Amino acid sequence: MDTALVAIVSTGAIGGVLGVVIGVVAKAFAVETDERIERVGELLPGANCGGCGFAGCADFAKAVVGARALPGQCPVCSPDDVRNISQYLGIEAEQKEKRVAVVRCSGDCANTVRTLYNGIRDCRSAVVVAGGAKGCDHGCLGFGSCANACPFGAIEIRDGLAVVHPELCVGCENCVATCPKNLIVMVQASVDVHVYCNSPEKGAAKRLVCKTACIACRKCVKAGEEGQMVVDGFLVRTNYENPPTTDLVEKSQCPTSALRLASKHAANEYQGAAK
Amino acid sequence: MLSEFLVITVGAILVNNFVLSKFLGICPFLGVSKKLDTALGMSGAVVFVMTLASLVASLVNRFLLVPMKLEFLQTLVFIVVIAALVQLVEIILQKVSAKLYESLGIFLPLITTNCAVLGCVVLNAKSAPGSVQSTWYGATIYGFCSAVGFALALVLFSSLREKLDLARVPKAFEGTAISLITAGILAMAFLGFSGLV
Repeated sequence: MDTALVAIVSTGAIGGVLGVVIGVVAKAFAVETDERIERVGELLPGANCGGCGFAGCADFAKAVVGARALPGQCPVCSPDDVRNISQYLGIEAEQKEKRVAVVRCSGDCANTVRTLYNGIRDCRSAVVVAGGAKGCDHGCLGFGSCANACPFGAIEIRDGLAVVHPELCVGCENCVATCPKNLIVMVQASVDVHVYCNSPEKGAAKRLVCKTACIACRKCVKAGEEGQMVVDGFLVRTNYENPPTTDLVEKSQCPTSALRLASKHAANEYQGAAK
Repeated sequence: MLSEFLVITVGAILVNNFVLSKFLGICPFLGVSKKLDTALGMSGAVVFVMTLASLVASLVNRFLLVPMKLEFLQTLVFIVVIAALVQLVEIILQKVSAKLYESLGIFLPLITTNCAVLGCVVLNAKSAPGSVQSTWYGATIYGFCSAVGFALALVLFSSLREKLDLARVPKAFEGTAISLITAGILAMAFLGFSGLV
């Protein structure tokens, strides 16, 4: 009985003393935190993608409250989110256009010449072995280094080709640096017409290894208004300063189907389009 | 005296490694070993807490529990003391050194329930009376060395797992299975140290 009593009292005393000590220390060492940081953090997406250039959403919230960054620097926030945060902090909201990634290659396994590759399933490793096991030296290798880097699951690897789903892409740019072939560019989300080829080789050489290469036939240049498509060596590119309308793809009748709408490309509507 | 400390050091780090031969702290060993930098963060936090906990718990044991003949309360009291200590350290650290607080981050509160910390403290309390380990400084050194052993195992294992991510593992062994097999092989390698002390 005695032992039990001693045990109960002493354990209770230890617990009580520790509790009081923690309480006192917590009061004495209290750190003042700005409640606005927490509130802004709640309004941010919380994906911690790092697209803003800060270590995560919490770090970005701290920077925004400390006026070291603007809410619009978050590539993921919708204009509404940016407006909410700006309103809460009482600062001007700035306008910016949403940007999405485009993988400038359409050479999936069905349309390209490829050799056997048994190494590490990663583009940056594969490119070390003779530039990748693909006939085209400039095309997508399809091991999905970019897809692995995407925190939003917006890049699909379909038949050995990375395809961006523009409706899922938030423009954080995490994928851009992962591509050893530099195929990924950020463009305005409002532009839907892109040339899915990035090879500077001559048209005939490209066609030997890829059915969907851009051969610079200029059909699209002629079909569109002046300056909408620009010729760059043996490659035609969309002029993102003066973008063409979506009906250009229909009008130009691209013989290799390298000219595509990003939305239809994501929905796999160009399968078998190349002749 | 010095040779006894050497025995404790080599024994705790290599021969009786907490993770690989005593099988304590397996949860963080598997949980935070996916990346080398998180493993380093966790290791730092464990070294910090385990050293402090060994010191405080051995003092509590020596000057409170033993004189009052309450040795049977060791587990209970040690858990309370460790939890309170971690809490205290966290509060003070946040104020005094925000940098260190941020780098230890979430790992500090996680260690509250780490069985390696409790195991170390209990081993100290149960060591033979009169041995170096039963004194407060011996206990502290043992705690520190055990934590270094834990850190060594964690860093080795996380480096292995980073390599494993790139290896082509048979489908059936992917993920946790291959990690456990690797941990087993690592433990067998550490078995080579047995008999050293």
